[in-house]
Amino acid sequence: MTYPLKNAGRMLALLIGSLGAAYTSTFPAVAGDTVNIYSYRQPGLLKPLLDDFTAKTGIKTKVLFAKKGLDQRIASEGRNSPADVLLTVDIGRLDAAKALGITQPYSSDGLAANIPAQFRDPDGNWFGLTTRARIIYASKERVQQDTITYEELSDPKWKGRICTRSGQHVYSVGLFASMIAHLGTEKAETWLTGLKNNLARKPTGNDRAQVKAIYAGECDIALGNTYYMGKMLTNEKEPEQKEWAASVKLIFPNAEDRGTHVNLSGVVMAKHAPNLENAKKLIDFLAGEDAQKLYGAANFEYPLKPGVAPDPLVASWGSLNPDTLPLADIAKLRKAASEMVDRVGFDQGPDA
Amino acid sequence: MLVLTKVRMPDTTLYSSYTSRRSVLGYVAPFGLVGLLVGLAVLPVATLIWIALDGSSDVWPHLLNYVLPATMVQTLMLLLLVAFGTTIIGAGTAWLVTICHFPMKRFFNWALVLPLAVPTYIAAYTHVEFLDFSGPVQSLIREIGGFATSRDYWFPDIRSTGGAALIFSLVLYPYVYLTCRLVFSMQGASALDVCRSLGASPARMFWRVGLPMARPAVAAGVAVALMETLNDIGAVEILGVKTLTYAVFETWLNRDNLTGAMQLAILTLLLVAGLIWLERIARRGRGYNASVRERPPAQLHLTPLKQALAFAACALPILGGLGAPLFILGSYAARRMEQLSEPDLINAITNSLTVALLSAALATAIAYGVLQYARISRRNGIATVGRMASLGYAVPGTVLALGLLIAVAGFDNWLDGVMQLNFGVSTGLLLSGSIVTLIYAYTLRFLAIAYGTIESGFARLSHQVDCAARALGRTPMQLALQVHTPILRKALAAAFLLVFVDSMKELSATLLLRPFDFETLATMIYDRASQAALEEAATAALLIVIIGLVPMVLLSNIIDGQHGTKKTRTLLPALGK
Repeated sequence: MTYPLKNAGRMLALLIGSLGAAYTSTFPAVAGDTVNIYSYRQPGLLKPLLDDFTAKTGIKTKVLFAKKGLDQRIASEGRNSPADVLLTVDIGRLDAAKALGITQPYSSDGLAANIPAQFRDPDGNWFGLTTRARIIYASKERVQQDTITYEELSDPKWKGRICTRSGQHVYSVGLFASMIAHLGTEKAETWLTGLKNNLARKPTGNDRAQVKAIYAGECDIALGNTYYMGKMLTNEKEPEQKEWAASVKLIFPNAEDRGTHVNLSGVVMAKHAPNLENAKKLIDFLAGEDAQKLYGAANFEYPLKPGVAPDPLVASWGSLNPDTLPLADIAKLRKAASEMVDRVGFDQGPDA
Repeated sequence: MLVLTKVRMPDTTLYSSYTSRRSVLGYVAPFGLVGLLVGLAVLPVATLIWIALDGSSDVWPHLLNYVLPATMVQTLMLLLLVAFGTTIIGAGTAWLVTICHFPMKRFFNWALVLPLAVPTYIAAYTHVEFLDFSGPVQSLIREIGGFATSRDYWFPDIRSTGGAALIFSLVLYPYVYLTCRLVFSMQGASALDVCRSLGASPARMFWRVGLPMARPAVAAGVAVALMETLNDIGAVEILGVKTLTYAVFETWLNRDNLTGAMQLAILTLLLVAGLIWLERIARRGRGYNASVRERPPAQLHLTPLKQALAFAACALPILGGLGAPLFILGSYAARRMEQLSEPDLINAITNSLTVALLSAALATAIAYGVLQYARISRRNGIATVGRMASLGYAVPGTVLALGLLIAVAGFDNWLDGVMQLNFGVSTGLLLSGSIVTLIYAYTLRFLAIAYGTIESGFARLSHQVDCAARALGRTPMQLALQVHTPILRKALAAAFLLVFVDSMKELSATLLLRPFDFETLATMIYDRASQAALEEAATAALLIVIIGLVPMVLLSNIIDGQHGTKKTRTLLPALGK
């Protein structure tokens, strides 16, 4: 008869030992020559940028990436939070961070010169770094026109021809919020209902799936962000994706009038940043010429610093005329937009 | 001989002598420990409830008018379909491989467990690719029919409630399969003899005897599958199915209303509590004690046509649940073989294994400890409390992580304050953002799995065994170590392996709770998949599945070994010594 207890004891010793080893090895650096980054953006995307930062300043970077809840993590960690900055996409997240009280205002001459005012918080709590335009993918074969407006999307001529991702996705909510800002709630709701009834199918998939749907003949136009095109066109390992992308053209909506709706990727400085000076250096660096170029190119987005040209591939799609509506205004209307999506039953697809 | 009797509690005198002889400490210590464990288990959910009750939220008019009616219908529909799908596939195949004789049955016997190694989010992603316009299925249809665009032919949309139910069923049915196979292999033989002598047809035997006999097993398996369906956010997002969990995230992130979101999460939890309660009702009075004298079931011989059908019935779930994801992932990964030698990947494997092994050991130990204490002290209340404590499984990973995060960071900051005030030293964040919190989260999330597995092991263990051991002079501790542990070692191993696989797959809690620059295979997949597309993540995804297959094969063998004859053999030395 063996004694399980003996084995259990050995197991326990092993457990405690490895736990201790793992614990010490993962303990965050306290201070000094590092800057701690909480990020809603993928580390892979940030890497070229952060490597350049380290090379120039000697400051090392530590990254924690998640898609949800980093705001709450900083808030609950409170005064002991190791977070110095929070990198994020979507104006909603930037504004939510400010509302949660986890940010501190910052200003510098560099920032003021590099980032246009409509893309910064008036109080200095968040800063945009790049923009991403919400544009129209259109079938080269089945769509003749080369200009379009968002308003036009509710026109019955598009009935059964439009695809989009979920109306509750942050990109959609941002666009709908801008429509509320421009048209007012009532007209925006009529517009959204019209758009819903023009859909070819229930909203699903990501932006890439919409391009595929046009290629497949399921719909003729779709809402999407520019950078998905860049990713498909540069996918060397799956050449079929280039074929999908080649079947569509990009149209910048409202280019002739108020401009195309853009959303932000941006940064905030954490309220209790332990490495404050390093955080300042990082934010200034991100708004600077080199980083703007790199950050834009890494994900086929548009740099915000005036005079910094986008990646050649991005530039080849035509010039972007961004909507001048301050992003802070859009942030305020997100809740209304999200509720409107539920109200018109947008994600249930077109009425039969 | 089959014994289908209600579990009868043995004479209490055997136990009362044991309680009266215990010292005060011996009485209080385990009780305190169980209390502490339960406290730790309840802490995150309690935090969530606290957030839900804290302050007002104006979300309900909106939710009630525009969200909940459709969401509730969709959620319940999904749960119903998954329950149906997992029962038919799980119980059906378990019946076939234990009772019937057909080609490759031995292979199916263990291979049917394998789809459990595929995380739901990967299953959803790959099935969309597989059944999509450019996937192999539709390409073939176009080829054959000479179609050009998707408007030329009809094909069902996988991004729908029905599609989601199919995908969930294909990767979650093994929970039902495992529990049912055990019942059939232990009790099938005798039941079969009776049925045969009364002239029942094989089909009739399944519907009238097999399925009713396995009802508690089906209920236990389905309950786990449904909880996993309900707590999922990855797959339902990909498939565009708006479940309650989806609404929780929408309220939290798009309307910046954490309070409202948590109130909705609590509602989800109540739904789960309801499910568990229903399951208990279904099981009530149906405790079956397996007879000690068992033998492997006799085989039912099928006509060639029926053999072919049985073969197809077992092959299809494996092809759908494991084959399709492997096909998609494999073809992407094949173009990226260089990733296999990346140091990041090696690092992620090490991290995944470390955390998963530790959590599996801890969850198994805790579940066994609590249940053992409940058994020996005969306090059924403790078992119930333990079950409630394992409710964490039903909460979406991110939401549970949020509760844990707030509670642990709160503790850290409190301790730091006390230390600074009294000793002038700062302890900072002792636990938040460390691997300890991560293991805490995993253990808690998957405690339900370990608990359920071991509990059903105890349920099959007659109390008469305890009486016999006590009558032969064993102390309660000896009873636990020398009798229960050897007999239950397979249930314990099964619990360990199930938690291990689930921990390997865990993503959402890991993302939010992990330390800086800490990657597991799952987070690595997420990083890459969310950055570009599935292609770049295929290698890591393939690895999760492959690493997950190992414990699945082990698990399958363990359950196989639980045929009556072997069990009898393990029973005897323990008692006879």
